[in-house]
Amino acid sequence: MSVLSFFMWCENSAIGDAIRTSKWLFPFIEAVHLLGLAVIGGAVLIVDLRLFGLNLRGQPVAQLARDAQRWLLVSLAILVPTGVLMFLSEATKCYYHPAFWMKMSALLLAIIFTFTVKRKVALADEAHMRPLWYKLVALTSITLWSLVGIGGRWIGFS
Amino acid sequence: MSLLSLCQWLANTSWSIGIHESRYGYSIIESVHVLTLCLFLGLAVMLDLRLLGVSLRGAPVYEVVEQLLPWMKAGFAVMAVSGILLFTAIPVRTYQNIFFRLKVIMLIAAAVNVWVFHSTVYRKVADWGTSARPPRRARIAAGLSLALWAGIVIAGRMIAYNWFDCDRKQSAVMTFMESCGPPAPDE
Repeated sequence: MSVLSFFMWCENSAIGDAIRTSKWLFPFIEAVHLLGLAVIGGAVLIVDLRLFGLNLRGQPVAQLARDAQRWLLVSLAILVPTGVLMFLSEATKCYYHPAFWMKMSALLLAIIFTFTVKRKVALADEAHMRPLWYKLVALTSITLWSLVGIGGRWIGFS
Repeated sequence: MSLLSLCQWLANTSWSIGIHESRYGYSIIESVHVLTLCLFLGLAVMLDLRLLGVSLRGAPVYEVVEQLLPWMKAGFAVMAVSGILLFTAIPVRTYQNIFFRLKVIMLIAAAVNVWVFHSTVYRKVADWGTSARPPRRARIAAGLSLALWAGIVIAGRMIAYNWFDCDRKQSAVMTFMESCGPPAPDE
């Protein structure tokens, strides 16, 4: 089964069909997806700004990262299911849209980076971390997550 | 001069026509408006979660407020400017749109909520700012803020849809709520 035929199968599934034919479902799912976007933005930025030394400098990085990670997971629990539902309703369009592949690649990299490198650096003993490492990690994180967001917005322009 | 005629005047300005007719202008402004949610609303949510006592419990509330506020203000400025430009591009239809009207009402409510919070319970933040669980009034303000902003985002997204536009057949209630005016004679 090729990727394209799998995507077509997704689009023709009962769920994909129900969302596509409903007037309200897609807009509502998309709006909830946007709420998740706001939460993930906050959870990512509050740590990245701290790593840049631009806010909450009085707070330990590790504690801030642990607090933020929970809300990052909450936001993903909102974003992923709503994203999958939107995908199901227009999977074939996604297949031919460069933004979809750009977003998914960036998302994969962002998730791997966040839960490996960024997590390790943020939870490490601050006394032994060089500020430059923090800044590089923050820059990479903001760049990757921005690509995910921009890619997502771009999928909507068909 | 009525609000409607103000919008009609706005629609004929070079700014409105320029954004409306630009190939990419509207899309770019709209993308900036949506993605700035991450900065403004994202940090507002982090602050509200602290006020609810469910996150950043080790950080004093006044420190979180002081540290996040400059970023939230910068984000809000971008959202306000881009939002005003989006309105400018399509003023008459947006002014009548029911979701836009709901959004404005909720924005005003959110502003009142912030004002009440800052002029009452936050004045005594020195007394409670370090406690993991802020007083009830602070938690209510945070909960209201989260609910209102969720409503604002959802209503904002729905402005794009024309289900209830005045140029389509609407119920009497909707016609009244959107101050549609009499239908065009050829309808």
